[in-house]
Amino acid sequence: MKLSEKELEIVEILERDARIPNEDVAKMVNLSLEETEAMMKKLEDQKIIVKYSSIVDWSKISGHEGVTAMIDVKVTPKRGKGFDDVAERIYRYKEVKALYLMSGAYDLSVVIEGKSMNEVAQFVSEKLSTLDSVISTTTHFILKKYKHDGTIFEKLDDDKRIVVSP
Amino acid sequence: MKQTKSYLSKTVDELRPSGIRRFFDLAAGIEGVISLGVGEPDFVTSWSVREAAILSLEQGYTSYTANAGLMDLREEISAYMEKNFQAPYSAKSEIIVTVGASQALDIALRAILDPGDEVIVVEPCFVSYGPLVTLAGGKGVTVQAEKENDFKVRANDIEKAITNRTKAIMICSPNNPTGSMLNREELEEIANIAKKYDLIILSDEIYAELSYDEKYVSLAAIEGMKERTILISGFSKGFAMTGWRLGFVCAPEEITQAMLKIHQYAMMCAPTMAQYAALEALKNGREDVEEMKKSYRRRRNYFVQSLNEIGLDCHIPGGAFYAFPSIKRTGLSSEQFAERLLLEEKVAVVPGDVFGASGEGHIRCSYASSMEQLQEAVKRMKRFIDKL
Repeated sequence: MKLSEKELEIVEILERDARIPNEDVAKMVNLSLEETEAMMKKLEDQKIIVKYSSIVDWSKISGHEGVTAMIDVKVTPKRGKGFDDVAERIYRYKEVKALYLMSGAYDLSVVIEGKSMNEVAQFVSEKLSTLDSVISTTTHFILKKYKHDGTIFEKLDDDKRIVVSP
Repeated sequence: MKQTKSYLSKTVDELRPSGIRRFFDLAAGIEGVISLGVGEPDFVTSWSVREAAILSLEQGYTSYTANAGLMDLREEISAYMEKNFQAPYSAKSEIIVTVGASQALDIALRAILDPGDEVIVVEPCFVSYGPLVTLAGGKGVTVQAEKENDFKVRANDIEKAITNRTKAIMICSPNNPTGSMLNREELEEIANIAKKYDLIILSDEIYAELSYDEKYVSLAAIEGMKERTILISGFSKGFAMTGWRLGFVCAPEEITQAMLKIHQYAMMCAPTMAQYAALEALKNGREDVEEMKKSYRRRRNYFVQSLNEIGLDCHIPGGAFYAFPSIKRTGLSSEQFAERLLLEEKVAVVPGDVFGASGEGHIRCSYASSMEQLQEAVKRMKRFIDKL
């Protein structure tokens, strides 16, 4: 779908900060509030803006640190359906946070979040590897998140400028 | 021994310190200040540029370069100026890499001025223009760009200030502090004056990369102007590289060679690692410049509209990252306004009069701050105005 320049700007602004007041977005793109909100609604309806969510650093919340694993999955594609069928059977699990079809040595990349390594291991052995089309799985646990969705977790962008300069 | 002060050069002793200094001291002592008083980008230099400088250090490029700067860098500057600004300059004989645009201004003035020569300085302008003219032995003659014309100088106002001692005109577009940008017609009118009276124009184009509504036109791209233009630019603003102190100056060969004499005796060359950083900026940094520009434009739109909404009349600045609203309706002088705003609401801005007489009644606000900071600043400024 081709977006207008203003629509594209709205998408970029909201992707950076979804909580910015609509009035401010309107000013930034030089449109009236009504026009801006109509565009936002259209973008939402068309599922271009899919959802507004927050990036949370769960590792800072004691008792909720959790573990994340990326699992390389090799599967046998189904005649007529390709990878879509097996993908759907995997992404319907709420433990699956992300799922991508990949080029290269394996087919699906599955991102799983669980409370513990044990929980993830259980999911892989009981749910994932028992699916008919799954040939093999390789599980990688994430040890530390440095940057996620373009956001660096450690704060290093403090303003180092002098307060007043010519 | 005589009093120490008596050893000072009379010229330097009589030079007024910049009015910005006082605000810096005032603001620096207060906690929790939102500063809109900063004359530099809020972006940190692109990582690829910083990496290039680190690499140059690792590889041991720590010695002098040619006086005029690394040949590779001058070639990149030459290509950059031709491609983006239709201003072709010879890398070999018409470009010098300098320590910021500030040093470029200094050597340009020193290269052309004899004692008593007059330079027309269009105000409001960067605080160093007048003092640099004085230090170069010249005499600054100010011409005011007025609010009524969105702070764009009128060519006939320049003409009125010309005498038989006038040698050059200094202009800066997009402008610090007003953000105003001259379009092709306005530049042509000034160019015609320069041609008519046979004058040089010092064109400070340091903000050339940051124009938001119209395509930027370089003075050197105006017909017949390249031979009488000293074009000053650099990496500080567009490429977010203020602290690297790297600028450049382009001019006709005879003037360039004269500036090079001063540069080689007084400076040797610009810092080597910064030159390697600039090389990377020109080779691979244009995309980042576009991103930053987009971000400034959005913040400008937000901030200027917000200023007008809270009752501070502000023209739409076509470039740079400054808004220059009028505060006349508050009845305060710009200095009073800025000082009270700082003390009462902890927002630092710069009083407009430090940039020249016609800046009085205005304040310079830099919108090179995060959206969150700008939103909070607008809130505080509204509160301040409402209670006046």
